[in-house]
Amino acid sequence: MNDISTTGLIAAERKVNVDAVDDGIKILVENLDFFYSGKQALFDINMAFPEKRVTAMIGPSGCGKSTFLRVINRMFDLYPGQKATGRVMMDNQNIVEPQVRAAVVRSRIGMVFQKPTPFPMSIHDNIAYGIKLNERVSRAEINERIEWALTKAALWGEVKDRLHTSAIGLSGGQQQRLCIARTIAVKPEVVLLDEPTSALDPISTAKIEELINELRSEFTIIIVTHNMQQAARVSDKAAFFLLGRLVEFDQTARIFTNPREKSTQDYITGRFG
Amino acid sequence: MSDVAVGTLSSAPVSRHRGFARGEQASDVIFRGVLYAAGILVLTLLGLIIILLFHGGLPVLYAFGIDFFTSSAWNPVTEKYGAVVAVYGTIITAVIAVVVAVPAAFGISFFLTEVAPPVLRRSIGTAIQLLAAIPSIIFGMWGFFVVVPLMATYVQPALASTLGVVPVIGTLFSGAPIGTGILTAGLIMALMILPFITALFVEVLESVPPMFKEAAYGVGATTSEVFTAVSIPYGRTAIVGAVMLGLGRALGETMAVTFVIGNANRISASLFSPGASIASTIANEFPEAAPGSLKLFALLELGFLLFVLSFIVLAVARFLVRSRLET
Repeated sequence: MNDISTTGLIAAERKVNVDAVDDGIKILVENLDFFYSGKQALFDINMAFPEKRVTAMIGPSGCGKSTFLRVINRMFDLYPGQKATGRVMMDNQNIVEPQVRAAVVRSRIGMVFQKPTPFPMSIHDNIAYGIKLNERVSRAEINERIEWALTKAALWGEVKDRLHTSAIGLSGGQQQRLCIARTIAVKPEVVLLDEPTSALDPISTAKIEELINELRSEFTIIIVTHNMQQAARVSDKAAFFLLGRLVEFDQTARIFTNPREKSTQDYITGRFG
Repeated sequence: MSDVAVGTLSSAPVSRHRGFARGEQASDVIFRGVLYAAGILVLTLLGLIIILLFHGGLPVLYAFGIDFFTSSAWNPVTEKYGAVVAVYGTIITAVIAVVVAVPAAFGISFFLTEVAPPVLRRSIGTAIQLLAAIPSIIFGMWGFFVVVPLMATYVQPALASTLGVVPVIGTLFSGAPIGTGILTAGLIMALMILPFITALFVEVLESVPPMFKEAAYGVGATTSEVFTAVSIPYGRTAIVGAVMLGLGRALGETMAVTFVIGNANRISASLFSPGASIASTIANEFPEAAPGSLKLFALLELGFLLFVLSFIVLAVARFLVRSRLET
């Protein structure tokens, strides 16, 4: 029995596992391969992301977890030579099919990046931008939505008196929370977080983690992190990646206390990576 | 063993770092002197040119005073000279050039940086550089023999029957379609500054961090929406700077303009009518200006005006391009 079918089997078991804890499946990934101009970066990924739960993806640098994130919201489309085969199912639709409009996928699967990426405009406009792209709504409704998103992102109190000043003037942690607010203002169903705290100080990091805890009741969250404690603190399930393969995917508690695979054990105890 | 060591040490050439020499090495002093001279040469040249132009034009200022800048006369027989027509022609043609070239440059540069597959990107990029390498006089000849007839037969009649009937701006596009004139000069100039502006735009667009573009794509924006919401605002000041640099180039363009502008000393509301720019006036009139004549002084003063105009535009452009680093 080769490696690929083993991981496939494990994934199949997991599916049962997911059902067992009575979670709906938001995104189902089947036989996903990914190539950077011919070089394979992801190998036969099979996994199911539970709805309204936080799933953490961990693994050493270059293991493919960020790549995986960029496949899920079609960000790889922007770069010629990158290709995904297999299926990423959401609402019975394979969203990596080229026929599915990428902009729509991205409005339903939002993403927050490693470094804060405020647009060069006011705080208000930063959030209004995404809303206006996707919906026709009145000005009053937009303002309401902005307040909702900023409150959700625990930023409203800090910026409510300066909504029309440039977002560039905010601190790094505030900028990152603004980016989260901007993402959720579009009302996506899934939020992807790509190492959202790696550029932040510990206090800002704690705020973002609190925020993730707040958001889990409304959004399906997938977070890539290099910080083991963070994964353990915020996630319900965790997936361990190594060299482009999914090694293990299970309840977070189990991954961190009693992993099945030796490589997982080695990684979380700091023996490599 | 130790003998050998001592032997090699003593027989080795005495290092120039041995001991502590005072002062600088002669070669360095000379080298620095040469570099200083090269740098000062630039300042000297610039200063001399300014002085020549200003001083050369002084007699005209004595003769006409401030009238030189407000008069539209240019009459060698009665020796009456004014700068208005040439300044007007210079600015209008340059503005037409920029208005036409900038949207095209946006299109090309965004296509090259965001949309074009690598093969096209390279070939179009090279083609643009080659366009920049075409000498001005070739543009002039091509403009005169190819573009002017086309303008007279097709473009100007078409413009007159469409934009020409619109109120307010209609007068700009009315009049006899004779081909040569302000509009044609502006269009030829647009082609000439297009490669330059495009190259600057490409540089600006490439400096937008991909993460910001991805962030916009990440909230569901399409390519064109990312362009207007992220790329342009991000490079806003640099883009304005690039436009000003293009404007600066257009102001001083001589040969091609002289061919197609029509060289008539008059200001007309219509863009179809012939006119003159500072550069074309100087090119046309200089050979006939006798040494010591008022005409020569008037031309030198025109040159000084052009210099000042270009200097202001370039200074503003520089300031804007530099301020990009602070945002």
